[in-house]
Amino acid sequence: MTKTRASGRTVGGLRTLSLQAPAVTLLLLWMIVPLGMTLWFSFQYYNLLMPGMTGFAGLENYEYLLTDPALWKSMGNTLLLVGWVLAITVVGGTLLAVLFQQDFAGRGIARVLAISPFFVMPTVSALVWKNMMMHPSNGVLAWLAESFGLPAVDWFSSLPLTSIVIIVAWQWLPFALLILLTAMQSLDEDQVEAARMDGAGPVAIFFFITLPHLRRAISVVVMIEMIFLLTIFAEIFVTTSGGPGLATTNLAYLIYIRALLDFDVGTASAGGVIAIILANIVAIFLVRMVAKNLED
Amino acid sequence: MATLQLHNITKRFGDTEVIKGINLEVNDREFVVFVGPSGCGKSTLMRMIAGLESATDGDILINGQRINDVGPADRGLAMVFQSYALYPHMTVEGNMGFSMRLAGVPKEERRAKVLEAAKILQLEPLLDRKPKALSGGQRQRVAIGRAIVRNPSIFLFDEPLSNLDAALRVQMRIELARLHDELDATMIYVTHDQIEAMTMADKIVVLHDGVVEQVGSPMALYHHPCNRFVAGFIGSPKMNFLPVTLTGVAPGGVGVRLPGGGERSIPVDGTHLEESATLELGVRPEHLVLDEQGPLSGEIKVLERLGGQTSLYVQMNDELITIMADGDVAYRVNDTVHFGFAPERAHLFGADGLALPSLQQHPLAGLTRHDNRGPGAPSEEPA
Repeated sequence: MTKTRASGRTVGGLRTLSLQAPAVTLLLLWMIVPLGMTLWFSFQYYNLLMPGMTGFAGLENYEYLLTDPALWKSMGNTLLLVGWVLAITVVGGTLLAVLFQQDFAGRGIARVLAISPFFVMPTVSALVWKNMMMHPSNGVLAWLAESFGLPAVDWFSSLPLTSIVIIVAWQWLPFALLILLTAMQSLDEDQVEAARMDGAGPVAIFFFITLPHLRRAISVVVMIEMIFLLTIFAEIFVTTSGGPGLATTNLAYLIYIRALLDFDVGTASAGGVIAIILANIVAIFLVRMVAKNLED
Repeated sequence: MATLQLHNITKRFGDTEVIKGINLEVNDREFVVFVGPSGCGKSTLMRMIAGLESATDGDILINGQRINDVGPADRGLAMVFQSYALYPHMTVEGNMGFSMRLAGVPKEERRAKVLEAAKILQLEPLLDRKPKALSGGQRQRVAIGRAIVRNPSIFLFDEPLSNLDAALRVQMRIELARLHDELDATMIYVTHDQIEAMTMADKIVVLHDGVVEQVGSPMALYHHPCNRFVAGFIGSPKMNFLPVTLTGVAPGGVGVRLPGGGERSIPVDGTHLEESATLELGVRPEHLVLDEQGPLSGEIKVLERLGGQTSLYVQMNDELITIMADGDVAYRVNDTVHFGFAPERAHLFGADGLALPSLQQHPLAGLTRHDNRGPGAPSEEPA
């Protein structure tokens, strides 16, 4: 069979290219213009506090950024945040999916409740966690600790990144649960029964039947969550503002600091470019992994 | 050596009773087929034997041992599922050896056993493939292989051939019969397809609405159905039923008046019949013969020519009667035909649906599949 190029195809005598053009052009502009402007700004002196200093900066913005320990710290934070949240949501989501697949009274309601955190907007959930759960004097966790006679933990000052991980994981766990639960429902019941006849107990069924069946869905969860977790911002902004020090500053927050607190658009743009590169490196591995999983 | 007994088995799902007290005896090395229309409880019954479903009441005994509370893996049974239920992420070898892997059998021993089973089923070249890369028939064989490897005392088959095309089904039917002879194992087979039941079974159990309607050899069910349901269910095309009126009971048979006005004496035992009993005459389409002097007549509505045979659908009063005639009959639609039947081929059913017992036992009624083999002849099934 010969491959027909999309542009060469005709429908009722019309070249399809002309019909696709508006959509393609719009999408292209949507991507190209911000990318182009970011690249352009990253090579310019562009600081709102120093309006007189303009012009081509060469690689100076990059040099400034790459020699700044804040960049490496924030990059590390980004990866830690993404990694931990992924681990918690995938493992927790799988176990919860198995749990919510069992028959028990009120399962429908329990499922809805378990999924509902996903519908709470990030700023709100971060505020709830900050003021009602993790607050060192009014928080539920502090109250729990004290009722066991333990000292209350001041979460955001003593365990800042852990706190952020907990909040973000709480938000994304329902997403993983939702996808994995749907996947669980497509598991052939006969297979489970065949395994039971073959002598598999619940643990063996989980590892030999359920987990392999969920592999594809897990890779989808990892991919989608990765895209969103790389750019976590609201939770940090509302709770710790990147602090104490740089303890909870990730790449997205660092760019925010550079652009809108330091008013240094040039350096912030350079940070943006670095974030794009990081995202692409991650994406290459990810796409390979997912593609391999979807193949078989 | 494996026998199975069911004593008063019942199964209730909520308020609905799907199995209503079943007693059954399966002998060693017997090929028993559960057959019945969908929803009759045959699969549920098999799942209870397998241990995948618990019996609400009654006892299940294997070799005389009550196993109601034994888990499915420890009953020494193996089941082949309708959907095959192969593990999609494992190779054929992995699938077949899974039970041994769980049991902690060393790798070499596992491989040897899998190879042995693969040899029986001609699966050797496929051992490294995943189920996805197999055809329907091959998947079926792998599923059977997975059962063989476990060396079970009883094989359970849950409609294993329903997902195969017609030609493959015939082939697998022969293969299963061969396997039964080769393995000398007790097998229980669930199907709704009566051809499978008739060709493979030593003993057929006809189920309907959660009760056993009749148990017997295929030929016994065909020639001596004990009630109207079994008579209609066994045999294809379906048996014809005609309302008749009783004219008299004699030692040699029961006299009835046919719808067209003729009278016949059917050689069945009518000693318990009441004077004004309403009766139904049952004659199989293949036992109706076209005959100008025949007592029955009607107008042909549909003609199906199969080449060797022709099915005539004849309107007689309110009934549509099916006749299997020779392939070369020259009739056309709307022709009127006369036909009759040999009285000893007919069945009579009382108002309660029970058949009046025949006075003579059909010579082949006791035959099982194994009796078809002459001395020294290979075990060959008619395809």
